[in-house]
Amino acid sequence: MRASLFITCYNDTLFPETGRAVVALLERLGVVLDFHPQQTCCGQMHANTGFRPEAFSLARRFVRMYQDAEAVVIPSSSCVAMIREQYAGLIEERGDASLRRAFETLLPRVFELSEYLIDELGVEDVGAYFPHRVTYHASCHGLRALALGDRPGRLLAKVRGLDLVPLANLDRCCGFGGTFSVKNGEVSSAMLAEKLRDVADTRAEYCTALDNSCLMHMGGAMHRQFAGMKTIHLAEILASTEGVPAEACA
Amino acid sequence: MNAATPHPANRPVLDPAHAPPFPVAALPVLRNPQLRKNVAHAVDVIQAKRARLVEEKADWQALRSAAAAIRAHALENLGAYLELFETRCTAAGGQVHWAADADEARQIILDLLRRECASEVIKIKTMTSAEIQLNPFLEAAGIEVFETDLAEIILQLGEDEPSHIVAPALHVNRSQVREIFARRMGIENLSDNPQALTAAARNYLREKFLRAPVAIGGANFLIAETGSVAVVESEGNGRMCLTLPRTLITLAGIEKVLPRYQDLEVMLQVLARSATGERMNPYTSLWTGVTPGDGPERFHVVLLDNGRSRILARRTERQTLRCIRCGACMNACPVYRQTGGHAYGSVYPGPIGAILTPQLMQMRHAQSLPFASSLCGACYEVCPVKINIPEVLIDLRAQITDQERSRMGRVFDPMYLGLRVAVLIFSRAWLFHSAQRIARIGLGLFTRKDGWIHALPSIGAEWTQTRDLRGLPKQTFHAWWANRGGVATREGR
Repeated sequence: MRASLFITCYNDTLFPETGRAVVALLERLGVVLDFHPQQTCCGQMHANTGFRPEAFSLARRFVRMYQDAEAVVIPSSSCVAMIREQYAGLIEERGDASLRRAFETLLPRVFELSEYLIDELGVEDVGAYFPHRVTYHASCHGLRALALGDRPGRLLAKVRGLDLVPLANLDRCCGFGGTFSVKNGEVSSAMLAEKLRDVADTRAEYCTALDNSCLMHMGGAMHRQFAGMKTIHLAEILASTEGVPAEACA
Repeated sequence: MNAATPHPANRPVLDPAHAPPFPVAALPVLRNPQLRKNVAHAVDVIQAKRARLVEEKADWQALRSAAAAIRAHALENLGAYLELFETRCTAAGGQVHWAADADEARQIILDLLRRECASEVIKIKTMTSAEIQLNPFLEAAGIEVFETDLAEIILQLGEDEPSHIVAPALHVNRSQVREIFARRMGIENLSDNPQALTAAARNYLREKFLRAPVAIGGANFLIAETGSVAVVESEGNGRMCLTLPRTLITLAGIEKVLPRYQDLEVMLQVLARSATGERMNPYTSLWTGVTPGDGPERFHVVLLDNGRSRILARRTERQTLRCIRCGACMNACPVYRQTGGHAYGSVYPGPIGAILTPQLMQMRHAQSLPFASSLCGACYEVCPVKINIPEVLIDLRAQITDQERSRMGRVFDPMYLGLRVAVLIFSRAWLFHSAQRIARIGLGLFTRKDGWIHALPSIGAEWTQTRDLRGLPKQTFHAWWANRGGVATREGR
């Protein structure tokens, strides 16, 4: 199996440990990876803030860069949702027929990490070891746009040593929403406060998710409030083994 | 006086032309714990009821698809169905009036009331009348208006505004209702138990039902095939209005039309379950024109456009008009849950309000509303007519951004500038990598010894007012990958 990694802008810049964990995990499972050093951003922030021409140019850049990939793996459900839900409309608007064809053939080969593991590789037990009490936060894009369903739960259930604590009101947004978190900072913070009450009630050591954007939001408030809980991307839990535990992630 | 009791001095502004932008309008609510508690409790109760009833319906998704298809078909053939409605309604003794905008609708209604020599009028709950700000207009013309829906009475007597389209007084709790009733109805020792409160409202209403010569109501559906009007409600006060006065005026948006009587089979099922979490709403009134000796002698329908045709003309936005005003989107919305309805500065709050209001305002007002969403998609998931609200929100954001980006003031706005620079950076990897280095140095100035950023200037302060930000790591992923030894890593394992 060969796959191309797409480590989107904020993961490359802010959360390189997630990308490194995906590499460790997939190589352990025998996947041959490549990575385009020219890759940057999926265009989600531009599309969701109303900058459509800009979003289109980034969409075109992504399609052209990955059109020959066997599979594209992205450890961020909101970026995958951007590609699945918005690229078609952006490309249609420009009437670029050759780009549309390239996109249509590429789309079935674009995967969120948990989809790639379960649907493509057919593994649930990835051989991970993470002896901690963990709760899982379902990001809105993973939950609704990608309908990931129980995939994250099935992966976590097979991690040795892991004590999974269910999170109440799993389907409620953490209040991040990209530029929403600064354009409507006060409302976003009120949503976050309510989410953190549910997260704190789990008494977990770690809160995990498939989107570092939600985790950056929740983790930022946890740090501000001196909470004794940390955030960690699911890829880092799955990459963790007895020999090589997850990198310290504060 | 109870601090949480609405007071005229801080009466919410629901006129989108004059309301403050959403982030500003949300502040008083966020700082009012009683109000937030009332809203969260109310939406939790309705949502739990809805979820139970949706779950018991094995064909719920098929019902949603059917409802969406019926509404979409009606809208695609709106002109034909409206004309058919007019023909059939007129044949049954009704009179149909066409209003292009709020001004025309208000004037038509006032003329009808003058013709009836009516000095007072009773009303069934109708958000459409709030949309055209009918009450203040009639009152200025010297006509007394009495709301008859329990929630609307609470708001009218409390000099407050609706915060939800199905439960307009959802933000008021029962001790606040007791206070309003006791003060405005002059009842001493009024208890706050629901029976006592409804009894007080009943006494207040009865004489008005018997006295008022004219009632004004809305419509849940207009049936083209028969020329009938359908109104659903929970209290029966609407039915009093529909049957007792000698003249009935129905104000309805042009999008309310359904092709066939039989379409109600689907629509009433999804509406009751979505709106109030009931299998069937308690009162469903259906009537066709006038019937001598039974109910009103004169019946008028005012069909209101007020920007709806313009929405119909846009491909993505058209679905907005499928809405059957069930309010499920606001009950499910995590933003509405925090702010309630008043922050939206419109009689249509929540996710549907965030897309409907700016469009009704021809994108000239309420421009902060399409941004008042985290795009979580909960609204789309519950919508019984499958309006893809996030998709419309994003489209409206693009319309607003296109308008704004040409304005000089916006060129130096940090968000606009940032996003325009960002696309240049993301288009060239070397620029992106340089920007990452610059950001690491820049943010490094704000990073404390613990490796975290606690305070940022400008737009960053919106983040750091409640959240820290981890300082940028020393090495990006792509730099790590390059150090790992380019081609060698392609071998894997």
